[in-house]
Amino acid sequence: MIRQSKKLTRHIDRSERAFTFILTLSGGFIVLLLLGVLGTLFINAIPAIREFGVFFFIARTWNAASETFGALPFLVGTLATSFLALLISIPFSIAISLLLGEYYKNGVVSGFLRSAVEVLAGIPSVIYGLWGLFLLMPGVRFIEMQIGVAPQGVGILTSSLILAIMIIPFSASIGREVITLVPGDLKEAAYSLGATRFEVIRNIVIPYARSGIIAGILLALGRAIGETMAVTMLIGNSNFLPTSIFSPANTMASVIANEFAEATGVTSASLIYVALVLFFVTIIVNIAGAYVIQKLSIESSREVT
Amino acid sequence: MTRTFSQVFSLTLVFLFIMIGFTGHLPAADMELLGAGATFPQPLYSKMFDAYNQQYKIKVNYQGIGSGGGINQLIKKTVDFAGTDAFMTEKELQSAGAPVLHIPTCLGAVVLAYNLPGSPRLNFTPETIAGIFMGTITKWNDPQIASANPGIALPNLTMSPVHRADGSGTTFIFTEYLAKANNAWKEKMGVGKSVNWPAGSIGQKGNPGIAGYVKQTPGAIGYVELLYAIQNKMAYGNVKNKAGKFIEPSLRSVSAAANVKIPDDTNVSLTNTDAAAGYPISGFTWLIFFKEQNYGGKTKERAATLAKLLMWSVGNGQRHVEPLQYAPLSKEAAAKSVKIIGSMTYNGAPLLK
Repeated sequence: MIRQSKKLTRHIDRSERAFTFILTLSGGFIVLLLLGVLGTLFINAIPAIREFGVFFFIARTWNAASETFGALPFLVGTLATSFLALLISIPFSIAISLLLGEYYKNGVVSGFLRSAVEVLAGIPSVIYGLWGLFLLMPGVRFIEMQIGVAPQGVGILTSSLILAIMIIPFSASIGREVITLVPGDLKEAAYSLGATRFEVIRNIVIPYARSGIIAGILLALGRAIGETMAVTMLIGNSNFLPTSIFSPANTMASVIANEFAEATGVTSASLIYVALVLFFVTIIVNIAGAYVIQKLSIESSREVT
Repeated sequence: MTRTFSQVFSLTLVFLFIMIGFTGHLPAADMELLGAGATFPQPLYSKMFDAYNQQYKIKVNYQGIGSGGGINQLIKKTVDFAGTDAFMTEKELQSAGAPVLHIPTCLGAVVLAYNLPGSPRLNFTPETIAGIFMGTITKWNDPQIASANPGIALPNLTMSPVHRADGSGTTFIFTEYLAKANNAWKEKMGVGKSVNWPAGSIGQKGNPGIAGYVKQTPGAIGYVELLYAIQNKMAYGNVKNKAGKFIEPSLRSVSAAANVKIPDDTNVSLTNTDAAAGYPISGFTWLIFFKEQNYGGKTKERAATLAKLLMWSVGNGQRHVEPLQYAPLSKEAAAKSVKIIGSMTYNGAPLLK
């Protein structure tokens, strides 16, 4: 009896160890992959780093004919489109998450809306791009004609609009998730004190779910920064600093996708350098996001309790 | 539970290694010739190589990754041949390390496609084209356009020029033509697969991107391959050539552009051609390969197969060119190509007798 249990423990021990080993290996593999990507980008960008130095990202000329490269127009384009898209999407995504997380938790309407949001998240970006080209672009062009700017139809505003539509499902579904997690006791307590539904949402639900909502928004921002195809089709691909939200511009992901196939020598190294800058922008946004979430969740828990 | 985990894990590992093993080496033993490069002639090459496979049972795998990519792959010796829309530059030829040969396979042309009410066929001079794409001509009823198009009522419409955002052989031919035909362009814009377009000019990816934008935007004008404009039923214009005639782009006028003296290495630029009946924004597209074929463990059999394929593509294979709206090689160009293929060697000895 004792021997048997010993054997059993040993067996469990061994399988435990193997399991831990596999988990560690998988985790380590991810880190290795990240470092591998960083290393490859760095090594391949070396010719451009030598040529243009560390201030590549604030140089504003991108001219393949004279082989002078700077990433500022693309950095500005990426940040402008992503944050504008975020601004446009926030009211909608919060409204959708409140509707699905608070008003229609179950039932036909909820099911239908929820699957509509999910489908929206799954549509390939090239389809968004095409749709934007056929519907959004003439619309923006019409507005541009009304207010008297060059009626080109494509540019920062058009791509921000399409990006906003593309990222709403992400922030909305995470927002809905955290809003449903708000404890019922808290809400009931507020109702019993005579609070209206709006007051409950404003004073209980939103503060409690704030960090989760922000996390969803930041995830959406990550997607907006990296989005390539739909943006390429609607931004106008102009390698200059944009002068207004109507002017054509370019983003980092888009310029890489456009020019890499035919690039040789220092042009190709410069594009990889742009990728390196994009890599760091993504990391910075992620770290900043983690910091904001941590800070907000502490604050909100203080507010509610 | 753990056993299944480790089983799945080790299976995944094995699978990964197999994948790495597969991508790591070239299929040298089986007879599938590999090519990569220009996307412009890709429809033609697909058709030609498919026909070749049916006739001679030799598979040819051509990937349209762009001219620059094709040249890179050839220099890295990962493909047997490559396709390019621009003759390799001195610098590229040097970095290849060994002599590289070019043979033209067909001619292509770039046309100006636009979106105007009534789709009139317009005449363009080099000066107006340069002005439009440098941003100095901003309205369709500009006197420069009007004077070349008597009798056509031009609308007071803002001009939206659109260029290729991706590096492309089409842009190369277009800018090379303008640099030859217009001094202002030569000084300000230059020649390249992508150039520094003026601020505010719209870029779109690929021929489909340009076509999509032009179709959607009244007043837009862009440059696309002739084949693409015909297939998409777009309105396109005539261009004034060196001889002073406005030439309608067609297979015949594009072929006629090659009625000039072709040098022995076929390194000739046909843009702004001297030929009186030639459409001036035309150019060859080339297949490139190493002169000495014994490299990277390539067998003599494989090298000879490649030489035969190349020979066929400038000979019998030319019958596939015209049905796909490309312009076929002239007799002179084909004869020069045959001579070039004949100069291929294996260990210094001629490959073909």
